[in-house]
Amino acid sequence: MPTQSFTLDDLRRVLLEAAGADENVDLDGDILDTDFEELSYESLAILETCGRIEREYGISLDDSVVTEAKTPRALLSLVNTQLAGLPTAA
Amino acid sequence: MSTAIPRTVVTGLGIAAPNGLGTADYWAATRAGKSGIARITRFDPSSYPARLAGEVPGFHAADHLPNRLLAQTDRMTRLALVAADWALADAGAVPADLPAYDMGVVTASSSGGFEFGQGELRNLWSRGSQYVSAYQSFAWFYAVNSGQISIRNGMKGPSGVVVSDQAGGLDALAHARRQIRKGTRLIMSGSIDASICPWGWVAQLAGGRLTTEQEPERAYLPFDAAASGHVPAEGGALLVLESERSAAERGARVYGEIAGYGATFDPAPGSGRPPGLRKAIEIALADAGVDAGDVDVVFADAAAVPELDRAEADALNAVFGPHGVPVTAPKTMTGRLYSGAAPLDVATALLAARDGLVPATTNVDPDTSYDLDLVTDPRPADLHTALVLARGECGFNSALVVRTP
Repeated sequence: MPTQSFTLDDLRRVLLEAAGADENVDLDGDILDTDFEELSYESLAILETCGRIEREYGISLDDSVVTEAKTPRALLSLVNTQLAGLPTAA
Repeated sequence: MSTAIPRTVVTGLGIAAPNGLGTADYWAATRAGKSGIARITRFDPSSYPARLAGEVPGFHAADHLPNRLLAQTDRMTRLALVAADWALADAGAVPADLPAYDMGVVTASSSGGFEFGQGELRNLWSRGSQYVSAYQSFAWFYAVNSGQISIRNGMKGPSGVVVSDQAGGLDALAHARRQIRKGTRLIMSGSIDASICPWGWVAQLAGGRLTTEQEPERAYLPFDAAASGHVPAEGGALLVLESERSAAERGARVYGEIAGYGATFDPAPGSGRPPGLRKAIEIALADAGVDAGDVDVVFADAAAVPELDRAEADALNAVFGPHGVPVTAPKTMTGRLYSGAAPLDVATALLAARDGLVPATTNVDPDTSYDLDLVTDPRPADLHTALVLARGECGFNSALVVRTP
């Protein structure tokens, strides 16, 4: 089984489920390095997003992720690090 | 320099009621005596003793609000945000054009965001804490409507929430007036309540004041010998309140003035002392500088619990004399909106004065022993001073006088 990874499209989907999207923000655009705040996601939206990622992918993200991961790229990296550390299924 | 207390006027109305969404629909229905009370549709009520409610019809939040707000809001907040938008539009006030700290929000709430809370508690019990929305941290709070309206419209001035059951709707308007007297130009005030969900329902049932009557026309009958309790409802009104000067500077149309207010608390049961409603009315009239004879119409609290109807009639008769003033309860067309009821009554009083028509108390065959001039058919009248009453469970009494030119 290939290593499961969390992509930008996955993040877009979870963000939409968790908090919707601001009408002035193009979530489908090049947002990898755009601050969540600029995408109109406040800390609570990121907290909710992280909670959903944890549930769906069976990982555990430290609470500090919410404050440290300022951009989609940073969050993807943290999630994928966690996923890589999971024991792979037989 | 004048030291007169600045007057607080109403310049905008935003209404969401069971018999009409938006001011035009609501007022057309209310003039015509059209009711919004029916069997509950928002959940299956068959297993509950009370099955009727006043539900706000035709409200699709996604038509009015960005989806960013949908994930984090209860129904009452969605209704409140939209009603606030309507009130601002009606007032011709554009928040972006006014200084942020010159605008505030003071609402009332009786139950908070029950339906949102119910969903998250269900997640907690059935799936575990990691399934509870982060937005549960505020979405069910009493203060959430004030907060969300403040954020959406950039209103950073004095804000807050009042929690005193049905009386809260008037207490909020009075607190808004206080803030305007202290110098804030504009306050969005009033209330929208909504808790028609199973959890909200059992909470209301526990209060013991709901009718179990199944026929909508026979269910909510204040001041009628057949009174059997009330029908719960959702909705209310948000009002743009401004200092008279601010309204004049904007050239705004003025519906009327919040002219007087009084609030009392009932003595402990068994004390032998009289309930406080009469005193609240007297304080409000004195505050407005009017005599009982100046009052053209009373919008009653209308509990439809015989003992409470008696207490209200006694208070009115003590102040105005038997049959001394026209009394009406248009909420017989909506059910009781809890903290949303009195702001809706205030809005209704302003519309009634504008059009010279007292809306009716529907379906009620008045028990003559109450000695009230209950308006049971729409009654044309020249209206300038209206008294609105609201009582909250556990002893809150509030009275508010609105005056129109």
